[in-house]
Amino acid sequence: MSQDVLFQLNGVNKSFVKGKEEISIFNDLNLTIDRGDFVAIMGPSGSGKTTLLNMLGGVDQPSGGEIWFDGSRMDNLNESALTRWRAHNIGFIFQFYNLMPMLNAARNVELPLLLTKLSKAQRKKNVETALALVGLSDRARHMPSEMSGGQQQRVAIARAVVSDPKLILCDEPTGDLDRVTADEILEMLQLLNRDHGKTIVMVTHDPSAAKYANRTLHLDKGKFVQRELVA
Amino acid sequence: MNDLYLIYKNMTRKPLRLFLTCFAIFIAFLIYGAVTTLKSALDAGIDLAADNRLVVVNKINFTQPLPIAYAQKVAVVDGVEHVSYANWFGGYYQEARNQVVAMAVEPESWLQVYEREIVLPPEQRAAWLVNRQGVVVGENLAQRLGWKIGDRVPVSSSIFSHKDGGHTWDFVVEGIFTGSDPQHDTNSMYLHFKYFMETQSFGGEWIGWITLTTADAAQNQRIADEIDSGFANSQAETDTSTEEAFSKAFIEQIGNIGLIIFGVVFMAFFTILILVGNTMALAIRERTGEIAVLKTLGFAATRIFKMVLAESLLIALIGGLAGLGAAWLVIEGAKGTMAQFLPSLVLDSGIALQALLFMLLLGLVTGLLPAFNALRLNIVTAFNRG
Repeated sequence: MSQDVLFQLNGVNKSFVKGKEEISIFNDLNLTIDRGDFVAIMGPSGSGKTTLLNMLGGVDQPSGGEIWFDGSRMDNLNESALTRWRAHNIGFIFQFYNLMPMLNAARNVELPLLLTKLSKAQRKKNVETALALVGLSDRARHMPSEMSGGQQQRVAIARAVVSDPKLILCDEPTGDLDRVTADEILEMLQLLNRDHGKTIVMVTHDPSAAKYANRTLHLDKGKFVQRELVA
Repeated sequence: MNDLYLIYKNMTRKPLRLFLTCFAIFIAFLIYGAVTTLKSALDAGIDLAADNRLVVVNKINFTQPLPIAYAQKVAVVDGVEHVSYANWFGGYYQEARNQVVAMAVEPESWLQVYEREIVLPPEQRAAWLVNRQGVVVGENLAQRLGWKIGDRVPVSSSIFSHKDGGHTWDFVVEGIFTGSDPQHDTNSMYLHFKYFMETQSFGGEWIGWITLTTADAAQNQRIADEIDSGFANSQAETDTSTEEAFSKAFIEQIGNIGLIIFGVVFMAFFTILILVGNTMALAIRERTGEIAVLKTLGFAATRIFKMVLAESLLIALIGGLAGLGAAWLVIEGAKGTMAQFLPSLVLDSGIALQALLFMLLLGLVTGLLPAFNALRLNIVTAFNRG
């Protein structure tokens, strides 16, 4: 495996049993994601986008095949090992932000740092840096309910990057936002990729959003049907 | 921020629900603390009763008197160690609501019979024995009424009248006794039997009951039988029993207190258990999405399990400790008016510790199922559900 490769899926299968029927989502899926890449995954509903994202994020396991991350095989890790792996390597951004409603912006951003051994002062510093990065330093004490959708998603981005993960996974990050706000969020992701070298995988329905990525993969019925490089 | 802060924020996110849940637990432990203390006070006489002490009362019932001569006859029964006797005085201080548990006793023998319970400094003992108007007062009673050694105290009787026509006797506080055990009664006052008999209008050589100690507790039954058979077919037949049996029979006049208390406490706890359990389950179910997010971020399932369980324990402890505190206040407030009937009314450390264990148990039982559900929660299923 090349040193530039961060993620590699070799012959991955995924199926589940519904009643007496076994439903296959992926069959022999292969994918390589390099460090510093920004990949958009598109496809119709039921094509397996979210399942793929879940497997990349270690919240779902394949039924067969291999998944390699940064030179280590991870499809055979158990639940607790995967949990630790996620804490150290992955930042998540969800469609509906999924902030903790009872915590203010700064506390929400601090959450992943509770899984590190950083001191209180260092955690505070990292939170301030992350909030400054998304332009929300002045909103640190605001509760999610006091912020717009775009601001909440920016807090979610700050939360995703605060522990400096190797990979950021985004599940329809602009699906709940208007066009202008969506573009702001996408520009922010692009900035994280371009200026901070973050590897990003984004699932989206929106072709305009996909244009911000370096490349777009189209999934249909569990297979990549077209690979297109965006300049 | 740490896990405790997260637990606190989760717990307080719906203040009204938190308040109502804590209030329900508060009520349960208020009932538990007050009722258990009441039962403990009722049982104190039984628990603290010496196994070699017997009580002789009139066979008709214990409110009927016995001739004073019986005391001398009892003293010669083989195996009897010390004999004393007493009469109920029915006292109050200044006004009827200041009840005073006062008994007219034969001082020297009384102190011998209760030498293991009554702690009285030798100089105070000597002063009391020589002063017929003297009384010894329990520490709690002295504290409640603000009496000190040397004070002249007028104590009235709700039963007897003075030869002079009034109902009030003047006594001198010669001693203040303590109990060798915190639960021993120190809400009482003892006066000289002879002085009482000579100054009260009814007169007569009558006593309320005889208390005696035996040299060997194994001989209790034989001695009791011998005493009762000795007075058979007399003007006042006797009923002799151990002090424990006497106290138990006295309490059972009210009813089966143990069963009543068990019923009340069980019903309260069972209701609260269902209520709190349901609330906790609902609260955690509402947070399914958030728990899934925490797991996705990398929070271990066992860590979330502990957080949910800690939340449940905290709620049980907050409500429970407040309830127990309120029970203590109720008991302290009731002490003054109930001292005559329940001198050992104390919410002691034993009851508090037992209540604390129940709080922990309540927290564990109500938190275990939601915590287990959080532990088992599958991230993908949770997000699909949301």
